[in-house]
Amino acid sequence: MSPLLQIDNLETILHTGAMPVRAVDGITLQILQGETFALLGESGCGKSMTALSIMRLLPEVGEIIAGSIRIGGEDLLLLPEAAMRNVRGRRISMIFQEPMLSLNPVMTVAEQIGEALQRHFDLRGAAQQQRVLELLNQVGIPDAAHRMTEYPFQFSGGMKQRVMIAMALAGEPELLIADEPTTALDVTIQAQVLELMRGLQQRSNMAILLITHDLGVVAEMAQRVAVMYAGEIVETATREDFFRSPAHPYSRKLFAALPGRAKRRQGLGLEMISGNVPPLSQEFVGCRFADRCDHAWDLCRTTAPGWSVVATGHQVRCHLFNQNSGSRIQDPVKAAETDFQAIPNPKSPLPNSELLRVTDLKVYFPIHKGLMKRVVGHVKAVDGVSLTIARGKTLALVGESGCGKTTVGKGILQLITPTAGSVRYDGLELVGLERKQLREKRAEFQIIFQDPYSSLNPRMRITDIIEEGMNALNIRNNDRTDHAGHQSLSLQGKKVDTLLQRVGLPPETKWRYPHEFSGGQRQRIAIARALAVNPRLLICDEPTSALDVSVQAQILNLLKELQASLGLAYLFITHNISVVEYFADEVAVMYLGRIVEWGSVDEVLGNPKHPYTQALLSAVPVIELNPKREVIRLHGDLPSPANPPAGCHFHPRCRHAMPVCHRTYPGTSTFSATHTARCYLYPQQQDTSTKHEDCCTGASKNSKF
Amino acid sequence: MTMLFKPVILWTDALIYLLVMVVLAFVWYVRRNEHMLAPWRRVGHSASGMAALTVLVFFIVIGLLDTVHFRPTVENSSNGEKVYSVEVLSLLDVIAAPLRTRVEKTYSAPFAAYLYARETIELLDGGQIREFPRLQFGGAHLQNPEVQLFADVAWRAAAGAALGFLGWCVLVALLGALLARRDNARFLPTLSAIRRGTTEIPWNAVLVTLGLILSLLGAALALSTHYHIFGSDKVGQDVFYQSLKSIRTGLVIGTLTTLMMLPFALLLGIMAGYFRGWVDDVIQYIYTTLSSIPGVLLIAAAVLMMQVYMEAHPELFDTIAARADLRLLFLCIILGVTSWTGLCRLLRGETLKLREMEYIQAAHAFGVSHWRIISRHILPNVMHIVLIATVMDFSGLVLAEAVLSYVGVGVDPSMISFGTMINAARLEMAREPMVWWALLSAFGFMFALVLSANLFADAVQDAFNPRVRTWSLKAGKPQRTGREEDPETKPVAVAVKDSISP
Repeated sequence: MSPLLQIDNLETILHTGAMPVRAVDGITLQILQGETFALLGESGCGKSMTALSIMRLLPEVGEIIAGSIRIGGEDLLLLPEAAMRNVRGRRISMIFQEPMLSLNPVMTVAEQIGEALQRHFDLRGAAQQQRVLELLNQVGIPDAAHRMTEYPFQFSGGMKQRVMIAMALAGEPELLIADEPTTALDVTIQAQVLELMRGLQQRSNMAILLITHDLGVVAEMAQRVAVMYAGEIVETATREDFFRSPAHPYSRKLFAALPGRAKRRQGLGLEMISGNVPPLSQEFVGCRFADRCDHAWDLCRTTAPGWSVVATGHQVRCHLFNQNSGSRIQDPVKAAETDFQAIPNPKSPLPNSELLRVTDLKVYFPIHKGLMKRVVGHVKAVDGVSLTIARGKTLALVGESGCGKTTVGKGILQLITPTAGSVRYDGLELVGLERKQLREKRAEFQIIFQDPYSSLNPRMRITDIIEEGMNALNIRNNDRTDHAGHQSLSLQGKKVDTLLQRVGLPPETKWRYPHEFSGGQRQRIAIARALAVNPRLLICDEPTSALDVSVQAQILNLLKELQASLGLAYLFITHNISVVEYFADEVAVMYLGRIVEWGSVDEVLGNPKHPYTQALLSAVPVIELNPKREVIRLHGDLPSPANPPAGCHFHPRCRHAMPVCHRTYPGTSTFSATHTARCYLYPQQQDTSTKHEDCCTGASKNSKF
Repeated sequence: MTMLFKPVILWTDALIYLLVMVVLAFVWYVRRNEHMLAPWRRVGHSASGMAALTVLVFFIVIGLLDTVHFRPTVENSSNGEKVYSVEVLSLLDVIAAPLRTRVEKTYSAPFAAYLYARETIELLDGGQIREFPRLQFGGAHLQNPEVQLFADVAWRAAAGAALGFLGWCVLVALLGALLARRDNARFLPTLSAIRRGTTEIPWNAVLVTLGLILSLLGAALALSTHYHIFGSDKVGQDVFYQSLKSIRTGLVIGTLTTLMMLPFALLLGIMAGYFRGWVDDVIQYIYTTLSSIPGVLLIAAAVLMMQVYMEAHPELFDTIAARADLRLLFLCIILGVTSWTGLCRLLRGETLKLREMEYIQAAHAFGVSHWRIISRHILPNVMHIVLIATVMDFSGLVLAEAVLSYVGVGVDPSMISFGTMINAARLEMAREPMVWWALLSAFGFMFALVLSANLFADAVQDAFNPRVRTWSLKAGKPQRTGREEDPETKPVAVAVKDSISP
């Protein structure tokens, strides 16, 4: 069987700055008819540039300098641009990461899909509309006949991605390139889109080149996997081989860096890949991974490794597997496992040492309308959230985007004034405090943000960034120095040094500016800035979701270590379940402004009670070779918090919805001292016996899971 | 011992000195901060920007020379005291004294030896004829202008240009030596690098511009000692001199107006964006109202009121220059007051975006005061907008002055500016024969100034605007690595093929 797509020694460079960046440096791969081929790698490895090279849609500074890209025997690089336009969208289609940015906001969905149909099949008028309708039905847009005349802004993120897929399918392509198709989507939506792509592929026997950084997505979708590192492919394997025994040290490290429950149980730190992907503007001598590899020896630094065959269909670019050069390590997998560093779990604090208690917190944003800006309604971002955090413990707040997690964090910090409710920190009520009084308590609780690129002022040096909080809050390490300003300055300098060392950065870096650091390093600086004022509670707002897996592991290890040594309490806001499994003590699951389930991490993740929690957990892609779990597909999207459904907020998407769910919001059901949920499937605490009965039937139904 | 002159610092002079100091301090500060230097480096890499800057530097030097004012002494023999002249002169006036003092009777064309108007001349024998009399100064050294004029002008122009070219050669050599020393390279290769344009800063563009300017300048200087190269105006004043004097007025309007409007725009724009709520409503209301009043109307009303006040209180000003200067300053202020709304709106929008940035949220979490957040976090991050806006506004303001003076609500009639020159030339365009040179030279100078300012503004905008990324495509292509020869690649490609085709 001849491959559908054959890439040989493709080299693409970007003419940026003084040195050209070798974004793709000689990759060779084949994709067969009807197979899903996953290209896996961290950001900056050249995955997207490979995709754009195939489409010949490189940015202006990009240039393909060598190699060939053949689809069905035809070399795309030799085609004139006019002929290439018949290939794009017809033989090869592409879907992009950001569905919000890839649709034209001033054209209706039908017009945009129709454009492709007109270009490739010369379909017009009624025939075109008919085909658009078919395509939209195919990708599962409900009520497609009406929605096809709507504009992109009227669609949700997941629906937009479906429209993008419909557009890509319009040309009936042989190859679909999906560049991180689900990265911008929530897990439940991601599950829908992945299922859709699988179904479409089976029906039309189309090949998919799936570009992703998510091992879970690869495990669910791919038949063959290529791991890309620093512009070249370092390992190719079938899915089974890859997940059973990854060969390249980099692949193995990627697996080891994944957080999860197993690693937490072992009390181990996550495997870290030290450093970052090397800049591609250099000439590489030797193996590109050598600087970050535990097994590197002299040969790795002087000679670039060639391909070694591990098994049929499983190649790796590593000297460890080269018989000729003599494999130094007989069983590299075992060797890798020995050097986990153990991080002690924090000493368990007193059981009832409550640090923060939030009661019935509400944050409403008014909706203004009309000439006089009358308030016509409220966006109920947070609608009655209660939670407690104990000293030195971690509470994870889990939920999809738009459910109000971040607003809870900001409401606790009083960065947003809550509409109602109380936030008691160490017994002191924070809501309604004067700015000045609040300032005195500010040092106690700090926040770490999601995006390390926007959380540091680009015009300030690191030392100024870290000192800012100390100065604003008058943090003095030593009372004596209050009298001698000069001495206090030098002491402050020392404190900055200590802080930087504590987060794993050399103190000399304090004179630099944020743009000189990578994402992970910036996140370390943000942590150092928060630590500078000696807080006891850190609110971590998705601190790792913008980072690569290997860097995520570095940050999680750091946070865990800090918790152990400083006794910090964390409110960990995230949507990443595996991070929660690894990191949290307690979990609160949030849906549309309310907490629907609460309990210890084992209770909630091991034995989820609320249908939403169950669906959320089942939607997370799992790295298993033969997943036998039932995936609960959620239909539709998160409703608008401006107009939440009556009764239980979840009932429109819940498959257990009962008449009572439409009427009133459920009360609390308690399963253990720590585990509660709000669902009519379970006995309600303060409800009458009649309701009780039909809940019990629900519960028995539920016991199947 | 008394001084030969008495320094005079007019209002605009003081403000220009202040501006120069601010610019110098800014340059010093930028040089110390790598991240602020980087966009300026990008400005330095733009050939058109650097060429425009070279032209601008000449204008600025002339403007600065014209800013140093003083009053020379007039010997008063009756009581032996030194008395200072009522006339305020500038350094430029002293340098261009020949131009300033050699005043003809009335119009004369460029390079003319004769007046542009017939006069009745009494002959020695008592008879009268009407003819074009010889000029008092222009071409006065010629015996027989009809024959000698062309050759003399050509010779002087060539000599001046050659001198200018010589000076240029010296400069090129100096630059080459300097660069060679800095880079530890040899002299000749450095020169050829400059010629080929492979230097980091496009010195070749700068040097070509400089060469042109120096040659023209040399020729102009050589000629202007014996001719009115741009002719003379109605009262016989040299138009070249007027054009040179107009430069300062244009620069003052262009820069000081910005200085006047910046506090409004910065303070109000950032406050509106940062505090939002009623502060935002009030500020938006003010600038929406202000920008819906026709600007010319507002300026005309204010200037006329000022004029009436000044005429009623002549005792406030000891010289004509002081009066004209105050009126210029007032024009700057009123232009500033009416033109801050655009920048204010931009800054409000940017601040609205910035205030949601996470580093500002983090600062709030530390309880940092509003004032500190504005001054340390927001202000430095909107400075690029301010810079782009001021450079872009400059040329517009120079043109606005010309229009306002033409309408008659601009600068004082006694102050030489492009606007007053155009206004004076307006009537003469209808004359037969036409007097075209005053308008043409005002137009030429203004065009050169505004064009170079615009080109420079474009370069600044490209360098500072984060949305416009200019990659240099000049970066050399990498050497092909002998990948085809790599013995390990081919067998593997075969192996891979084998493995996927069962």
